[in-house]
Amino acid sequence: MKVVVDLSSCDLHGLCVEAAPEVFEIADDGALRLLNETPPDDLRAKVDKAVRECPTGAISIIE
Amino acid sequence: MAQAIRRVTIVGASLAGLRAAETLRRHGYDGALTLIGDERHRPYDRPPLSKQLLLGTWTPEQTFFRQKDGYEPLALDLRLGVPATSLDLRGRRVTLADGTWADYDRLIIATGARVRTLPGIAPRPGLLVLRTLDDAVALREALTTATRVAVVGMGFIGLEVAAACRSRGVGVVAIESLPVPLAPIVGPTLGETLLAMHADHGVEVRTGVTVTGIYGEPRVAGVALSDGSRVDADVVVVGIGVVPNTEWLESSGLPLDNGVVCNGSGEAAPGVYAAGDVARMANVWYGEAPRIEHWTNAVEQGVHVAEQMLGSADAAASFSSVPYFWSDQYDRKIQFVGRARPHDEMVVVDGSTAERRLTALYRRGDRVVACLTVNQPRALIKYRKLLASHPSWDTALSDISAT
Repeated sequence: MKVVVDLSSCDLHGLCVEAAPEVFEIADDGALRLLNETPPDDLRAKVDKAVRECPTGAISIIE
Repeated sequence: MAQAIRRVTIVGASLAGLRAAETLRRHGYDGALTLIGDERHRPYDRPPLSKQLLLGTWTPEQTFFRQKDGYEPLALDLRLGVPATSLDLRGRRVTLADGTWADYDRLIIATGARVRTLPGIAPRPGLLVLRTLDDAVALREALTTATRVAVVGMGFIGLEVAAACRSRGVGVVAIESLPVPLAPIVGPTLGETLLAMHADHGVEVRTGVTVTGIYGEPRVAGVALSDGSRVDADVVVVGIGVVPNTEWLESSGLPLDNGVVCNGSGEAAPGVYAAGDVARMANVWYGEAPRIEHWTNAVEQGVHVAEQMLGSADAAASFSSVPYFWSDQYDRKIQFVGRARPHDEMVVVDGSTAERRLTALYRRGDRVVACLTVNQPRALIKYRKLLASHPSWDTALSDISAT
């Protein structure tokens, strides 16, 4: 899978960081950073959680 | 071995109901799936209604979770614009206002809540509320010609409406029955901070008074207050909380008490679940079964009941969640996680009330029970994670000094 974040919609709630810390982090500059754009399939459940819990719908998965 | 589930009905087509439907399909449920909503709109997102929609930066279409073709993969029997009127538990049937019905072998109740109205006040032009997309569109339209808006109730919705009005250059009088708005939720000090922020943006603040009447026939002209004074306004927005939509369940025999009372699986009766604003779901972290009206709660409970229903392997046995909400007012983002009570001690651990940029922790005994931030989203993320484990005060403070 490939993960895409629309940074213009990101509101820094950080729920994705909790759901999938292997994939998302808030960087030192305060912006969301994607640690791995193509995470392995065993992280799928975690990334799905990040997608559905994002209050601004900023995360999508491109198969 | 449980009998296979072939017919799931979800009553309530907002966030909790939609997330439940999505979760059922994601886990491979391929039986019938009916989603019933009382509004004519496709499921939409509520937080932007009091923010982007009122400010005019978003169109109503931008609040929809999915566009029309986005429902095809979910293979729903989507019935919009028709409220449920009763539930027959024994016959496993939901009856709808148009005389049709939906049978089920599993049911999810996600009918949410509706606004509380001022008792004894008849509806009239210019007297508005904000809960639904139609409400928001009507309010936005009213703001295009309004010169002075009276906001009744300085809860988070009222304060966001006040902020949107001021950002649009519309005059605002905000009225609150408590001496300090939001004090029961955020404490008196931060309630004062928020109050001062609004005053600085030109909101005229009237606290410690209640509304005793509305002037104007047929159109609103103002508000009468309990101190005998009168506030002139061409629009009045009432934001005094919500009540759960459980009337349609009253004859069902389900346990109702300020919402649908359910266990940690979200079950209110065998095969009958509740989620979101209407549910009082046992919450391990919280220690009781609160009714919570937050966005993330609707997501978590919608997902939880769907996974419980299917017996999904990654489903936790009991619901456990730290409540979280946020509010955008002017250029400030206020975030709150946990649960503070009126007598908890509040300590600002970073920033200050003067800057209106801060991190505050709430203390009860030797435990940290909640965190509020203003424009400090990273701290919120940190404490949300920490709060899940009911940290001690010392742990939380050492965590600060370590970063």
